[in-house]
Amino acid sequence: MALITCRDASFAYEGRTVVDGLNFEVQTGDYLCIVGENGSGKTTLMKGLLGLMQPKSGTIETGDGLLPTEIGYLPQQTSAQKDFPASVFEVVISGRLNSRGILPFYSRLDRQIALDNMERLGVLHLRQKSFRELSGGQQQRVLLSRALCATHKMLLLDEPVSGLDPLATIELYRVIKSLSEETGITIIMISHDVRSAVEYASQILHLQNRQVFFGPAAEYVQTDVGKRFLGEGGAPNGSSS
Amino acid sequence: MDLLLEMFSFTFMIRAVVVGLLVSLCASLLGVSLVLKRYAMIGTGLGNVGFASMVSATAFGLSHLALAISMPVVVVAAFLLLRVSESSKIKGDSAVALISASSLAVGVIIVSQTTGLTLHVCSAMFGSILAMTQADLQLSVGLSIVVLVLFVLFYKQLFAVTYDENFAKATGTRIQVYKSLLAILTAVTVVLGMRMMGALLISSLIIFPALSAIRVCKSFLSVVITSAVISVACFFVGIVLSFGYDLPTGASVVGINLVVFLLLSGVNLLRQGGKI
Repeated sequence: MALITCRDASFAYEGRTVVDGLNFEVQTGDYLCIVGENGSGKTTLMKGLLGLMQPKSGTIETGDGLLPTEIGYLPQQTSAQKDFPASVFEVVISGRLNSRGILPFYSRLDRQIALDNMERLGVLHLRQKSFRELSGGQQQRVLLSRALCATHKMLLLDEPVSGLDPLATIELYRVIKSLSEETGITIIMISHDVRSAVEYASQILHLQNRQVFFGPAAEYVQTDVGKRFLGEGGAPNGSSS
Repeated sequence: MDLLLEMFSFTFMIRAVVVGLLVSLCASLLGVSLVLKRYAMIGTGLGNVGFASMVSATAFGLSHLALAISMPVVVVAAFLLLRVSESSKIKGDSAVALISASSLAVGVIIVSQTTGLTLHVCSAMFGSILAMTQADLQLSVGLSIVVLVLFVLFYKQLFAVTYDENFAKATGTRIQVYKSLLAILTAVTVVLGMRMMGALLISSLIIFPALSAIRVCKSFLSVVITSAVISVACFFVGIVLSFGYDLPTGASVVGINLVVFLLLSGVNLLRQGGKI
């Protein structure tokens, strides 16, 4: 059974359908990239996967013992977070919140898990630093550590490289790829950057207010829609207008 | 020293200091979350709702129950403010302005039709340390302790909800529960502090210490602790000054808080200047 099975799902905001015809499966260990233009329904689908939104029709099921709360999430940063006074360690350990339940404070185990995840992502030396003093790339790796504290099964990444410089972008893609290969964690990523998506991901889901492609990345580049979108994505500055 | 001895020879001053310190502590802790979540104006809104309910209680001859009547009204208002500011129809700051102004208007109409603008109304707006009775003292101490205990017990949830609501929600935290908790605790603190600080000044007790602490601290825990220390210290200095120089208590406390805020902002500027 698949980790996530989406059958004929559609999502609507205030009665207006944003995206429909969603039929796909995510298997354990997959690295799925959801691509599409702005407003094509990517973020809406992600909310659905996180259980923050119910499908208007169809179903999204989780399997293989994946609980909806076992999905680690890397959200887009809000402006309020950019100047939030919190240390790196405080941010990372907050990912352990739901393993701890209602009990007050964090246990020694929680601390150890937080430290291990920071080490895995190479941000252990920053743990006493203030989150707002870090570079964009460092911040994303800290937030990835937090997401890993919440799960070891599945990560959902919402435009993780937006706002990063080219070097930090490549580095973050490599970090995500090695996470996927080394730990076997399932990754679902939303991205504008379709070139990197086909380079790193194993599966591609292309949305255009409906599902226009779902399958292996290698197949995607052969399709018309894939070629067209890749062509656009290769325009100067990589803009996907 | 003589001044302090003289001050503590008055029972009403001891009451005022005890309640004031506890309320300052609660307000500063909750203030960190409220300021960082951009909910700081809620304090002002709740202060005005509290004013309306308190003068109404007095107008109907129930002044001895003013605290007990205001509490549920302000708690409901806090819920409303949170709910309304989340709905897409009316955004946060407008919602607060709406509720603040209308409750103030209701309060003023009730006052003008009953007692008129008396000294009592003035003290409800700007605070008075004489208003504290023995029963108020007991209620204030009890509720402040409840606020403090809940804050410590749910510290990590409050951090998670303050820092990143979306992440907390996605990983299964029932954020509505903790936001409501924050609203209730804030409402209780506002009502407790309103007598002394005044409806118009109580919000500063929530906002100033947190703002000052955020200027100089790097971690959330240090912001919380610094905010608490600043708040308690400013209250104490403020009330001593107000006693010594016969100044209004609420305004003196706010004045001291402002001085600390400006000082720490200066420190922060110097630090940043040094870095570049």
